[in-house]
Amino acid sequence: MIHLIYQIFIDPFVQMGTAPDLLVQTLWEGLVAGVLYSLIALGFVLIFKASGVFNFAQGIMVVFAALTLVGFHEHGIPAYVALALTIAVMFGLAFAVERAMLRPLVNQPDIILFMATFGLTYFLIGFGELVFGGDPKVMIASQLGLPKGAVEIKMAGGFVSLQKIDIAAAIIASVMVAALAVFFQKTRVGRALRAVADSHKAALSVGISLEYIWVIVWFAAGLVALATGIMWGARSEVSFALEIIALKALPVLILGGFTSIPGAIIGGVIIGVGEKIGEFYWGPLLGSGIETWLAYVIALVFLLFRPQGLFGERIIERI
Amino acid sequence: MRLHRVLLGTALAAATLLTVPLTASAADGIYVPLLSYRTGPFAGSGAPIVNGMADYLNMLNERDGGIGGVKLIVEECETGYDTKKGLECYEQVKAKNPVVLNPYSTGITLPLIPKAAIDKIPILSMAYGLSASADGNVFPWIFNPPATYWDGASMFIRYAGGKEGGLERLKGKKIGLVYLDAPYGKEPIPLLEALAKDYGFELKLYPVPAAEMQNQSSQWLNIRRDKPDWIYLQGFGAMNPTAVKEAAKINYPMDHLIGNWWAGNDDDARPAGDGAKGYLSLDFNQVGTNYKVIQDILKYVVDKGKSQTPKDRVGENLYNRGVLNSIIIAEGIRNAQKVSGKKQITGEDMRRGLETLNINDARLKEIGADGFAAPMKIACDDHNGHNAAYMAKWDGTKWVKGSDWIQPLKSKVRPLIEAAAKDYAGANAGWPKRSEACDKSS
Amino acid sequence: MFYREVGQYKTNYSADMSVMPLLQDRVGIGIILFIAVVIIPYFGNAFLIQAIMIPFLVFSLAAIGLNLLTGYTGLLSLGTGAFMGVGAYACYKLTTYFPGVNILIWIVASGFFSAAVGVVFGLPSLRIKGFYLAVATLAAQFFLSWCFIRQPWFYNYNASGAIEVPTRTLFGIPVTGATAADATRYYVVLGIVVAMTWLASNLVHGRIGRMWMAVRDMDLAAELIGIRLLRTKLLAFAVSSFYCGVAGALLVFQWYGSAEPAVFDVNLSFFILFMVIIGGLGSLTGSYLGAALIFILPIVLRYIPPHLGIPIRPATVDHIQYMIIGALIVLFLIVEPNGLARLWQIGKQKLRVWPFPY
Repeated sequence: MIHLIYQIFIDPFVQMGTAPDLLVQTLWEGLVAGVLYSLIALGFVLIFKASGVFNFAQGIMVVFAALTLVGFHEHGIPAYVALALTIAVMFGLAFAVERAMLRPLVNQPDIILFMATFGLTYFLIGFGELVFGGDPKVMIASQLGLPKGAVEIKMAGGFVSLQKIDIAAAIIASVMVAALAVFFQKTRVGRALRAVADSHKAALSVGISLEYIWVIVWFAAGLVALATGIMWGARSEVSFALEIIALKALPVLILGGFTSIPGAIIGGVIIGVGEKIGEFYWGPLLGSGIETWLAYVIALVFLLFRPQGLFGERIIERI
Repeated sequence: MRLHRVLLGTALAAATLLTVPLTASAADGIYVPLLSYRTGPFAGSGAPIVNGMADYLNMLNERDGGIGGVKLIVEECETGYDTKKGLECYEQVKAKNPVVLNPYSTGITLPLIPKAAIDKIPILSMAYGLSASADGNVFPWIFNPPATYWDGASMFIRYAGGKEGGLERLKGKKIGLVYLDAPYGKEPIPLLEALAKDYGFELKLYPVPAAEMQNQSSQWLNIRRDKPDWIYLQGFGAMNPTAVKEAAKINYPMDHLIGNWWAGNDDDARPAGDGAKGYLSLDFNQVGTNYKVIQDILKYVVDKGKSQTPKDRVGENLYNRGVLNSIIIAEGIRNAQKVSGKKQITGEDMRRGLETLNINDARLKEIGADGFAAPMKIACDDHNGHNAAYMAKWDGTKWVKGSDWIQPLKSKVRPLIEAAAKDYAGANAGWPKRSEACDKSS
Repeated sequence: MFYREVGQYKTNYSADMSVMPLLQDRVGIGIILFIAVVIIPYFGNAFLIQAIMIPFLVFSLAAIGLNLLTGYTGLLSLGTGAFMGVGAYACYKLTTYFPGVNILIWIVASGFFSAAVGVVFGLPSLRIKGFYLAVATLAAQFFLSWCFIRQPWFYNYNASGAIEVPTRTLFGIPVTGATAADATRYYVVLGIVVAMTWLASNLVHGRIGRMWMAVRDMDLAAELIGIRLLRTKLLAFAVSSFYCGVAGALLVFQWYGSAEPAVFDVNLSFFILFMVIIGGLGSLTGSYLGAALIFILPIVLRYIPPHLGIPIRPATVDHIQYMIIGALIVLFLIVEPNGLARLWQIGKQKLRVWPFPY
């Protein structure tokens, strides 16, 4: 019994103290994982903020964007041209989704739109596999100018290795978040997006063109998906297995709030760090592998105390 | 309103289609279904394997007119590595009298094992599936040559011991197992635990949940903390390249990282590129196109456009694996024809044919696969053979030979297999005792 | 002309309040049951029974379970797969501890274990609503999946981590395991599913069902008129998990014959959720229709090209099938957001006034 208490409450901190380089490394890994989760969550937030749709297809859009990029490159197109072409494809996708899916489902309850994105997911899975095949592909990270290798910092008897690509990912994600936050706050289109998020009908009555707004917001989500795909793909490989990671964004959204862009990053970092620290120091007690559900439990505990998340809008229920 | 009518019309059409009989006609020829996964998260591994299998059998059709003069009917059934679809494929192909079944997924093999004896269709789960099914007395209808996962793990220990200067020198060392948190991944654990007791090394387990296959930083952080001397990688699909990349990231010595035979795909090491130089993987088939069988496949099938394989993928590790699988099938059919005296064999004949399989060096040379694989022999009580494998080494761009043939620690593996088989039969009340006769080997 | 209540007089209150007042409805159900009990096992081949009908019935039962929770009570749940898993593993442990007891009893009893787990994970529903609750149930899903893989007690410490179904008999006939005949297993599944559908129908047409629907429509107002939210919501979770648990036990014991933990992952939860939403939230018929569409249609689509003689590769057929299913889901949602059940109701409505347009 005492041994158990020691193991739960004291031993992990002892470990943290005796091997500070591992602690810093764990924190860094958590930060990186968090940033990557928040990139996915960002795509969700964008679409949810502007059209009230929880886009389940965000995961497959990440894969699709990455596959398109690599696919273009495989056909001999230089990297940056392929990037531009992929952006064009994502715009086309946003346009098609708006036309075929969102326009007919205007003003339907949220669950119906959520289900429609399920249908979109299935469609994109089939379409992606048909066009690109199921083989895993290598992300063209170096051709895009992303750095390789690592920065090694020697500290406290060990070393902390920071992968340059992870640093790049963190920087890119922060830039994106900042740009999007400015976009939503300062520009006319951003304000229109927020108006649409509040109420479709009211926005229409004020003269905002819903179709135009939706295409823009899905295109923005597509760009975020592309960035996410590049970053995740560079860390491992581009294949349909990436799509499963999208579910990890849900706890991030819970923590950060469904409609908050800075919340996505902060929530992501909290979940990422919490997950890695929990898995590394407390995981072996429970049998390890607790990463799969730790994030959800963290989110759940959070929900019980603050249902709208850190930055979300307060939910007011009226009769 | 019009859309409602459209929908009603579609529904009626679908209903009429449902009345289409879902049986198939049995054609004249030996039916070999290939359960494949060209879709889904493991398609990267599945596609080259089924390509190799289909190409070899089609080559036999084109070059020799089949086996013993009877053509082979090769048909693929897509499972997507999903057990539901696998079971559905099984029901569909059962009606056409297949002679052998290759489920190619541990998840699909497990439910089919009890059905094999009832439906009289032997299952060839080449080097995957249930390790315990190597015991032919408990599993007369299941075959898993040339080596089980337990053999593979024992070969890893033997290799590691060899590099350390002897198996006794493993005492006190740390051996890590990075595995997919699924029945496939857990297979080597009992053997490694038994060997840890025998040789005195410490076994550390690092499970990777299937949902976290591409997010393995925690596991490799743990490895950095524990510093195991040797690591065995029992992974599949997207787990492998991520693992290799993470190992390179933490500067783990690549020549101490050894993958099992499903972690030796080109796509597993290529993403890490130069960083994966020295990575070793167990293999029981050779790589490359420098063998008469592969040349024949190129001549009769690929160049004639009868194959789905892109020409530059012929000779890849997993492609050749598929070819080896088909070689076993073909030899089994040939044997079955000899043992039963019939040309148009059934599942029961195939079982006898597989049970008397004896592909020795001379036979390998005859079929043009000299040195392609180690010779393998199956006996009535040993449906595996516990044959040798070698280490392939990644040199930065391709796989090359990294060691000679390594024999498994058969004396350690066999008792465990028999114990596990007994457990299985005991846990499943009513498991039939072996009633099939044992033919003498050819 | 044919489907009207003209001439059907009710002479007592219970007949007036019956669930199926029209004679034609009762005849229709009778015909469906006749086809299910007599025609299909007699004329159907092994593929139809084993690969289509048994899974269809199992998924319909799970869809009914989820529909009770999501459709009737309005609590979105993504943990269906895990609750099915609890039922399957509970049945497995029960039958390994007490091999002598009839397996049917254990299949039904495993539902209670699943219900208990469902209640525990349903507790957050009191504070959390709507989409956030889905995340709470996802926590249940991933936690239970982890338990099935990482806690060896669940699979009796066997080396492969998978559970195998032992052969069990009922009146001397093998009912589970490889020796059980297709028809036997089909009848067991059919019997259990029909009985539980009847039970669910009575539940939703009665007081409890009305309580659930009140909670779904507006739980604040329901609380105001005196419905105890805690009990109602937890009861919904319990009953729903019971159904899912039994469905899970049937899935493993009567269909697969063995199971590895990956069977009850989050994909299964989404699969059942699709069925419920396409079929129609808040409708038992919808559960069946949704299960038929989501499960049977892909199979039919897969076999059309070979039958029509079009030489497409199986993998390509698979891809196209995904695309068609995805497009169909979106199409159905556009045309009829309330699901197939609503289409069915509209159809019946048209039939009542046929041949007149209104």
